[in-house]
Amino acid sequence: MNDIIIDTHGLSKSYSGKPALRSLDLTVPSGAIYGFLGRNGAGKTTTLKLLLGMIRPDAGEFSLFGERVKSEASAIAARRRLAFVSEDKELYPFMTVGQTIRFTRAFFPAWRRDLEKKYLDMFRLPLETAVPKLSRGMRTQLMLLLAMARGAELLMMDEPTSGLDPAVTEDILRALAELAAGGETTVFFSSHQLAEVEQICDRVCIIDEGLVVIDGVLDDLKSQYRRIVLVFDGEPPRELADLPGVDHLRRRGRTASLLAHVDVDRVVDRARELKPISVEVHPVTLKELFLDHVRGE
Amino acid sequence: MDLRINPSSGVPIYLQLMEQIKHAVDIGAIRKGEQLPTIRKVAEELAMNPNTVAKAYRELEYEGFIEVRHGSGAFVTEPKTSSAKIAQIRKAGEVLRHAMEKGTALGLSGSELRRVFEDELSRLQDNATPTRGRT
Repeated sequence: MNDIIIDTHGLSKSYSGKPALRSLDLTVPSGAIYGFLGRNGAGKTTTLKLLLGMIRPDAGEFSLFGERVKSEASAIAARRRLAFVSEDKELYPFMTVGQTIRFTRAFFPAWRRDLEKKYLDMFRLPLETAVPKLSRGMRTQLMLLLAMARGAELLMMDEPTSGLDPAVTEDILRALAELAAGGETTVFFSSHQLAEVEQICDRVCIIDEGLVVIDGVLDDLKSQYRRIVLVFDGEPPRELADLPGVDHLRRRGRTASLLAHVDVDRVVDRARELKPISVEVHPVTLKELFLDHVRGE
Repeated sequence: MDLRINPSSGVPIYLQLMEQIKHAVDIGAIRKGEQLPTIRKVAEELAMNPNTVAKAYRELEYEGFIEVRHGSGAFVTEPKTSSAKIAQIRKAGEVLRHAMEKGTALGLSGSELRRVFEDELSRLQDNATPTRGRT
């Protein structure tokens, strides 16, 4: 159960001298729903492409399913065990939903007819409709069905719900929850939708400019991080910047806002010594963590 | 039992779920000896992560609130009845009313009192929630 499905060490990649990834270390355990977050251009798609063997790293190494991927052959072996849902949701335009399913089924001896039927019912997909006539949500659902019915052990997705309405998104998240409850599939997806990541992921990683800035179990991060809001009777003192344990500091007028995650009580005590007129300690949402870490200092 | 979680609040989701289940017991929506929905069912219904539901159940079991019988599910063991809870809430209400009357006497407005209350509550929760050295 504690197997590591994706394991990368020092993965680096540059495009014409411009670094897209700078020494990326990722660990995705089996059974996780792992949210991979970052701004546009942070390196998310580059990471997915590297893991899928579509491009090669300049430096570093990685393993999938515990097997080091270094040759074309090992990349192909790994790809047999994973499914990828791309952002543009490419499907053959001349087929109907039913034809697409039958066509794909033929390639996979371990095809699960029970799951095919289940997701057809769950997503209410019209078998006779031609693929180009499907809505964006239905295309996504069809691709998910194909990925899940072939029994992939790892489902990788690039922005799976971008541009989908909330009802379709909820259907998809529910399918992922169910998939993960089966215990046999690990899900790794990139997203901009912080709300859905908070809802469905147990682990998150935030990257910025090719570097990991936050990585961990989401509930642990929420337990650890606190926002400390201090109001002073004048400009917040300069010493705040030197307080040990402060991850991020923002000043506005008389107010200083600190982010901390190690020994928060001590940070609060030290801050109190600077004689603020008000001290408040708040929980931190994923959105705040994201914005504080990717906006830079 | 009607479970609701707010993923976008800063409160860890497993803690929210634990509170919701305890609340459901308090109000009598689910009672001692009765079975909780399976992890899979909760995860599907709320479209949330099954590992997170499992963590909430583990923590509730650790607190002695539920009993997990392998193969047959999780059962509520909490002996507290809802009427005992109502009495506790009434008692707490008296204590708080007393404190607020004092605060008003000090010249604080309603919204100022609310801020004081929320500050103290979050301080209390901050002290109560840190991990117990287990995951």
